[in-house]
Amino acid sequence: MSPAETRPLVEIKDIRKSFGPLEVLKGISMDVAQGDVVAIIGRSGSGKSTLLRTINGLETFDSGSISVDGTPVIGGEKELKALRRKVGMVFQQFNLFPHLTAAENVALAPKVVLGAGAKEQAETAREMLEKVGLGDKLGNYPSQLSGGQQQRVAIARALAMHPKVLLCDEITSALDPELVNEVLRVVETLAKDGMTLILVTHEMRFARDVGSKLVFMHHGKVHEEGDPKTLFAKPGTPELAQFVGSIG
Amino acid sequence: MADFSFWVIFSNLLLAARWTVLLSLIAFISGGLVGVVLLFLRTSGVKALAWFVRIYVEVFQGTPLLMQLFLLFFGVALFGIELSPWAAAALALTLWTSAFLVEIWRGCVESVPKGQWEASSSLALNYVEQMRYVILPQALRIAVAPTVGFSVQVIKGTALASIIGFVEVTKAGTMLNNATFRPFLVYSLVALIYFALCFPLSMLAKKLEGRLNVAR
Repeated sequence: MSPAETRPLVEIKDIRKSFGPLEVLKGISMDVAQGDVVAIIGRSGSGKSTLLRTINGLETFDSGSISVDGTPVIGGEKELKALRRKVGMVFQQFNLFPHLTAAENVALAPKVVLGAGAKEQAETAREMLEKVGLGDKLGNYPSQLSGGQQQRVAIARALAMHPKVLLCDEITSALDPELVNEVLRVVETLAKDGMTLILVTHEMRFARDVGSKLVFMHHGKVHEEGDPKTLFAKPGTPELAQFVGSIG
Repeated sequence: MADFSFWVIFSNLLLAARWTVLLSLIAFISGGLVGVVLLFLRTSGVKALAWFVRIYVEVFQGTPLLMQLFLLFFGVALFGIELSPWAAAALALTLWTSAFLVEIWRGCVESVPKGQWEASSSLALNYVEQMRYVILPQALRIAVAPTVGFSVQVIKGTALASIIGFVEVTKAGTMLNNATFRPFLVYSLVALIYFALCFPLSMLAKKLEGRLNVAR
């Protein structure tokens, strides 16, 4: 293997960020290899969502460095555009475009950013929506879909750009309990297909069963990290033990 | 002395009303185009550009339209640039209209949820692409009713152009009154013509507003 291939896909080095006087990220370092499924857990306010959002430049950081597949995360519009072609993101609130159908939601970025023609757009939309089990909903508007279906469209939309890594920011937290599983199943399939995933999640069972790496954040730091099954069975710190206990 | 019958007065006013309509259209369309450019500058996130638009808006919203007309018509002439009443009126109304429209539209753009910006950013769309494909199509729906509503203000604003000698319906009314000394009749008709132009637009704006509320 060449050195380039052994290099981690996502390299996060000593990231610090403050909101005013409040330091939310206090020197975070993390490597994510190709094919990893990283589950980031922690209490609200521990900085986990902020960390995730720095990876595709939605949040800036004060010091440290991040690179994805060799592309550094820096502020300029051109650099961000190059970065975001490699990094997909799925949000808690879905954020589908309400004026576009499911197929148009999925095909928008290929059309605008990659310059795909009409035929290619239609093919991408169909392929991606079939992948998330919504091949029959191409013409539906977001308002005509359930929350679980909307979130699956959002996943298809992110996949349409063939990202190297997919960021998932509490993607089941806004869903009714009975709709959570259909979304998790899609994510699980992606993980099995070898997609690199970084998830901020409250689904502990999912983190344990599907994750290849667990990161527990506490007060803006990586408090503990390692193999999910090991850590859940035997937390190394009282904070993680308490957190796992409180979630149940 | 010529005898001015009701119909002579009315038909002359109607003929002059063409220029009111035309000036309104020019002001509204060109004001809208300038407004779109200003909107992009205002929401671009570039501080200097946003500030420029803020000052522009404050100046044109914070001074009487009549003063703006005077400055363009009389003031600019001092620098050796002669503007016809037509040009001065069209220009002043365009600037004035754009200052109001950009603020109306900015509100509509800002009412689009932040998540729409974040989702489209994450898909590697740049600012202009985000506006074009994601933000404006949503903002437009919200903007239609207040924009149509504001067109009424533009039509009424054209009346001020009469003072710099532009012969639209108000100026025609003044001239007819000078000739006939029947101010009540003449100005009632002038007011009626404005009302006939503005009322349908107000109704349309109300209807559009209602339809939007039902759709959501």
